[in-house]
Amino acid sequence: MTRIHLACVAAALVLAGLSGCSSEAGNSNSPAIELLNVSYDPTRELWKAINYAFTAKHEKEAGQALNIRVTHAGSSSQARSVIEGLEADVVTLAMWTDTDAVARAGLIDAGWESELPNNALPYSSTIVFVVRKGNPKQIQDWPDLLKQGVEIITPNPKTSGNGKLSFLAAWGAALDRGGSEADALAYVTELFKHVPVLDSGARAATVTFAQKKIGDVHLTWENEARLEVQEAQGELEIVYPSASILAEPLVAVVDANVKRHGTADIAREYLEFLYTEEAQEIIARNYYRPSKEAILAKHKEDFPEIRLFRISAVAKDWADAHARYFAEGAVFDKISEGSRGEQ
Amino acid sequence: MSEPHLQFVAHDRRAAPSASTTTGVPAAASTRTLVPLRQSTRIAARSLGTTRAGDLTSGPGLRARATVTGTAAIEQVSSARAEARDAVPTNDLSNWKNAQQDPLWVRLTLIGLAVGSLLLLVIIPVANVFYQALSAGLHAYWDNLFNDPDTRHSIWLTLIVAPTAVGANLVFGVAAAWAIARFRFPGRSALTTLIDLPFAISPVVAGLQLVLLFGLRGYFGPWLREHDIHVIFALPGLILATMFVTLPFIARELIPVLEAIGPDEELAAVSLGARGWQVLWKITLPNIKWGLLYGILLCNARAMGEFGAVYVVSGHIPGQTQTMPLRVDRLFQGYNTPGSFALASLLMLLALVTLVLKTVLERRTQRELAEAAKLHTVEIES
Amino acid sequence: MSRRVLPGFRLSLGFTFAYLTVMVVIPLAACVAKAATLTPSEFLAAVWTPRARAAYVLTVGASLASAVVNVLLGVLLAWVLVRYRFPLKRLFDAIIDLPFALPTAVAGLVYSSLHVENGWLGQFLVPHGIELAYTRAAIVLVLVFIGLPFVVRTLQPVLESVEHEVEEAAAMLGASRWQTFTRVILPMLLPAIITGFALAFARSLGEYGSVVFVSGNMPFRTEIASRLVVDRLEEFEYAQATAIAVVLLAISFSTLIAINLLERWSQRTYV
Repeated sequence: MTRIHLACVAAALVLAGLSGCSSEAGNSNSPAIELLNVSYDPTRELWKAINYAFTAKHEKEAGQALNIRVTHAGSSSQARSVIEGLEADVVTLAMWTDTDAVARAGLIDAGWESELPNNALPYSSTIVFVVRKGNPKQIQDWPDLLKQGVEIITPNPKTSGNGKLSFLAAWGAALDRGGSEADALAYVTELFKHVPVLDSGARAATVTFAQKKIGDVHLTWENEARLEVQEAQGELEIVYPSASILAEPLVAVVDANVKRHGTADIAREYLEFLYTEEAQEIIARNYYRPSKEAILAKHKEDFPEIRLFRISAVAKDWADAHARYFAEGAVFDKISEGSRGEQ
Repeated sequence: MSEPHLQFVAHDRRAAPSASTTTGVPAAASTRTLVPLRQSTRIAARSLGTTRAGDLTSGPGLRARATVTGTAAIEQVSSARAEARDAVPTNDLSNWKNAQQDPLWVRLTLIGLAVGSLLLLVIIPVANVFYQALSAGLHAYWDNLFNDPDTRHSIWLTLIVAPTAVGANLVFGVAAAWAIARFRFPGRSALTTLIDLPFAISPVVAGLQLVLLFGLRGYFGPWLREHDIHVIFALPGLILATMFVTLPFIARELIPVLEAIGPDEELAAVSLGARGWQVLWKITLPNIKWGLLYGILLCNARAMGEFGAVYVVSGHIPGQTQTMPLRVDRLFQGYNTPGSFALASLLMLLALVTLVLKTVLERRTQRELAEAAKLHTVEIES
Repeated sequence: MSRRVLPGFRLSLGFTFAYLTVMVVIPLAACVAKAATLTPSEFLAAVWTPRARAAYVLTVGASLASAVVNVLLGVLLAWVLVRYRFPLKRLFDAIIDLPFALPTAVAGLVYSSLHVENGWLGQFLVPHGIELAYTRAAIVLVLVFIGLPFVVRTLQPVLESVEHEVEEAAAMLGASRWQTFTRVILPMLLPAIITGFALAFARSLGEYGSVVFVSGNMPFRTEIASRLVVDRLEEFEYAQATAIAVVLLAISFSTLIAINLLERWSQRTYV
């Protein structure tokens, strides 16, 4: 009896080991160059398409296999990982401040914005609303968010680019309506009282809204909103507010890492590829606003005209916006303290 | 922190005798059954506020120390019984005969409540995992599990990380149990507490410690980077995090088992000229094998399922540093609910297999200890 | 005992010490050292923000609440499993250990999807205004699941060892069944209940994987302390994250000591 049981355990372990070996054999013997792209949350589909195109192109032109991996999470968490030693070759984060944090850790050379065309900005985006089918709460623009009983889903501004942008968009829209700083503060304070869940990243917030069906309106990236509506098959609708923020997800090569990996050229080539017609087309098809005017014009019906204000409307620049609104003890902290205990 | 605490407690009854081995009486097992006999009437009487069952020492009922011998206790009870028989009319005798029998409606209500809460808390969630995993059909289920290279890699990765961590903790567990159960030395109880510590530490903090040590901005980070050694965001980091979290399991399981078995056989072997390793391989390990397997099983279950600690040190690179639980999380975030639940169902399956093995091993360990206890009883009686 | 006779004392103890030093002591020291880079006032400012206080209160409160529920549930389950016979009893007995074997992330994943509006349980509960998704109640619920085995498994052996003579004697002395239970059996179970309670409580304090799935992680409302550590990490506030971690360490460490004392106390008082 004893032996039989032991044999069973042993057999199970061996089997487990074997199945592991066989699966490893499948993906270990490729001598491809590896690139690691550390990106933010809702760019999965975009990078999948871009990587597919770039890998094919590179293999055809250079005759060399290329394996690009992408990691996704809240933008600030991603920056933290890179700073702690995650071997990113390129960072394609949501916020200037996050890329800047990586640069300040000495991993990206100064002046990185001017290394690539259009100030290292291959595409832009904005924050829009997603509502339930038929828009039952009649949400058309920013003021409607504060209606009685409206629950708003947006991720945590502390950890997520989406969260920061939602905050800044709401703030800027209040100013845009002709309000004062105090009005904007009052508006945003009230707005966050309507938020029942603060997810750590954009995608988690989408899952909360679309799949778990929490909340009435979801403030999210334009591209994420389009994808979300598409996935929901008629259950959700997109609403464009009259004004929103111009989001600038910059891209950069992580100089310190590519030097060690010997991937400086290919990493640069990869990011420059984003500005080609082919990539810009892919970008547009994934609902990011391409930086090339011609491609943007071609997809005009996909990107409704709304007033897009720059970061300069709410702060001096992205760094100032971070210090003013999201740093420890800044506006967002005060707001969350104010709303505490209101369950 | 989970199983071993429980295990420790569950073993308490068997471990308790050896706790009292300082007096040289290793097994209270033989007398244990008598204790309640002796105390039962006293406890009952005390709690009910009567002194009828006779000679009671002072102090609250539960604190009554064992002062009477076993035989005296039996006499006490039987005399109390006889007394009771004399005192009450015969038709009330059923009163104590059915003393452990609850009325039918009580039984049904309690069973209903218990089964209901287990249904809600455990069974429905289990069913839900499999339902959601299979909702897209068997074919899609298979595809989700084995045709996604990143998911496949996560399974493979978990199969490396967990056994490695378990292996390291196994060696540690045997060494620590040997030192603690077989020798007395200053700082022995402090050592035990230190072993317990990972139980009490939030897994997130466990991960944070590794980041502080091995992260690029941590204490050893720059040096590691210079020598191109990867710890964080690579396999070693995942293994270290898992090792930390599961460190106490095997040691905690083995200490009471070794203590209960006692050193006699080993002493005999040594006196017959056996060497250290021979004692370990020929005597100790065979004696504790079921307890050992049990510890490995629990350790492994926890290692495969670890989330918080590896979450902090993983970096989430698909196809590189995503273990199964992390992959579940990422798939769920990637709109791939069926894929996520498919992988979750695999983890659930592992948990269920663990439960079955655990039940089997539990019985084995118990027998191991019962035999040890019997041995002691024979010794004492002879 | 026989220090000199049995072999391997130096080797095993040396290895144990070395292993513990590398795996536990050095990492812990790193944690404390990092937190020590803050001045005392900075440390206090980091660990005593209103948000951090709310997180501690929630962590401890939810752990306490779940431990209390687990005691009630545990007494019920242990009683039913030890005393009664019913179909599939062994199955029910076995699945009580499931929370031990199941990765907590899976538990969190399932629990979060069960109680939303279109989930298996949510579809019945939400229309009646019982919203269990992303509330403090959800945290307590998942902690009840995580801690379920502790009280049951500590109680079972004790309850089994209660010899029927005790109850017979009580019955003889004229006690009703309820009196026997509350005044005879329950006091005997008390040490085990306390131990089980402490174990479930301690386990809940450190739980992370399942809670982040089911709570909304809203600061001041549903954010637990472990989550706050991660948040601070992601904001690049390392020293602050570590400071909060040290507070967590202190809480768990004192719980651990309390458990050990309780175990010793109950061993001493109960037989």
